Amino acid sequence: MRPDTVVPSAVPAVEPITPPPATPPHDETVPHTHPEPGVDPHPPLARAGRALRVGIGGPVGSGKTALVAALCRAFADELRLGVVTNDIYTTEDADFLRRAGVLDPARIRAVETGCCPHTAIRDDIGANLDAVDELAEAVGPLDLVLVESGGDNLTATFSRGLVDRQIFVVDVAGGDKVPRKGGPGVTAADLLVINKTDLAPMVGADLAVMDRDARARRGDLPTLFLSIVGDPTATSVADWIRHELAHHAALHPLDVPVGPA
Amino acid sequence: MATPSLLLLLADGRFPAGAHAHSGGLEAAVAAGRVTDLASLEAFLAGRLATAGLVGAAFAAAAHRAAVAETVGSAHPARSARPSDPPAGSAGRSAALARLDAELDARTAAPALRAVSRRQGRALLRAGRTIWPDARFADLPQKPGGAHQPLVLGLLCAAAGLSRVETATIAAYGTLTGAASAGVRLLGLDPYQVQALLVGLADACDGTAADAARAADDPPERLPAAAAPLADIHAEIHATWEVRLFAS
Ligand SMILES: Nc1nc2c(ncn2[C@@H]2O[C@H](COP(=O)(O)OP(=O)(O)OP(=O)(O)O)[C@@H](O)[C@H]2O)c(=O)[nH]1
Ligand SMILES: [Mg+2]
Repeated sequence: MRPDTVVPSAVPAVEPITPPPATPPHDETVPHTHPEPGVDPHPPLARAGRALRVGIGGPVGSGKTALVAALCRAFADELRLGVVTNDIYTTEDADFLRRAGVLDPARIRAVETGCCPHTAIRDDIGANLDAVDELAEAVGPLDLVLVESGGDNLTATFSRGLVDRQIFVVDVAGGDKVPRKGGPGVTAADLLVINKTDLAPMVGADLAVMDRDARARRGDLPTLFLSIVGDPTATSVADWIRHELAHHAALHPLDVPVGPA
Repeated sequence: MATPSLLLLLADGRFPAGAHAHSGGLEAAVAAGRVTDLASLEAFLAGRLATAGLVGAAFAAAAHRAAVAETVGSAHPARSARPSDPPAGSAGRSAALARLDAELDARTAAPALRAVSRRQGRALLRAGRTIWPDARFADLPQKPGGAHQPLVLGLLCAAAGLSRVETATIAAYGTLTGAASAGVRLLGLDPYQVQALLVGLADACDGTAADAARAADDPPERLPAAAAPLADIHAEIHATWEVRLFAS
């Protein structure tokens, strides 16, 4: 098994994922897309000239909003955070994030996509870029902006003009064949998250098959197995983002602001 | 004009200026039960062309006129400058555009639609600044929500070398195609039938553009002010919905 691909070795019956211990000083099992040995990705995080923008895409119901909430929890005391959602966004969604105590509604912007969720994140990204700008105007400079796509199909992907990194979230309940189907999200996202591993026994999903297929599709790109139910701060994904933030800060130093937030 | 490809590029619904997210009031009209099928969509589009279409096209044409003011002599060799011609130069352009901005505000009764027009202007400007970095966007009025979309369009078309009537055509055409495409998505209408409907409206669209381009010779306060109060009311209600698929 690759060190950057964490598959639960067995499928436990109850509460499968033990919450990982506090992050060790330098955990190299944490995957990152641009390994730079010289960069220490761990706190204190360097501030960058502009926020790192991370797209979170994937099929309907795979756990994108749950992952956003988990990351908000993980970074609550660490980063200045904003969220842009292309989801069909109800006040219930905002309430969900607020009630979970994870995000002030002022830090969330919803973008209407005119029934074209993929267009808004790929072909015509202006409304999303406006939302990112408005967040910074409203709450000040940010370190990290999470952009949730509308639930779409496997062909959706974010423009590089909108995000710096993208995470594609699929779930085991969608069937263990999903990684094999490929599509730009599965094959090319900077991080593939296979969520809801706690449901694997219920739906008869074979995580080893998913791991093998993901690896075949993705080459060296990292894949993480996750159960947000078992790990409400999505520790492994948060660590991956910390790594990417460190690289981003090296590329966009504080004194040389690049573009809008 | 020797620039048909640029005309098509700017009129294309795939030009990344956010058009896909706007239904031109159709989402609200559908929810109100006023547009349900091809026939009612056609009536909606014809009404939109005669109101928002005409006004938007006239203001885009007027902004285009302001943008090319300093070259009036060469663009229209047949006539000398008229007293109503906007003053040339950056200061003159800024003043002309600021007046157009105020006049268009006055013609847009619904606050929600004023915000939408500025939002769309901001999106178009974002695209335009990257694509035509030398265009005179700095002369646009600096308003917090952005400049009105027709004003940005006028400057953009001037930068692309399009004529005034081509500019008005793009504006009028956009008010039709955006809503028509939203109709396909919201009502599940047959896309061939909807295109046929647009073919039927093509003459009206060209006529509206010609009227708008002519109207732009008048001073700003005389520009068309056609409006549809029910569309304004719908827009205000739409803005309060908890869940919207379209931004307008
Ligand atoms: N069992 C289990 N359920 C999960 C997990 N992660 C998310 N869910 C549930 O899956 C459902 C969908 O999660 P969301 O986060 O709303 O999914 P989404 O991808 O944002 O969905 P859309 O935005 O509608 O596409 C919710 O009921 C979550 O509670 C998980 O790890 N395990
Ligand atoms: Mg969601």
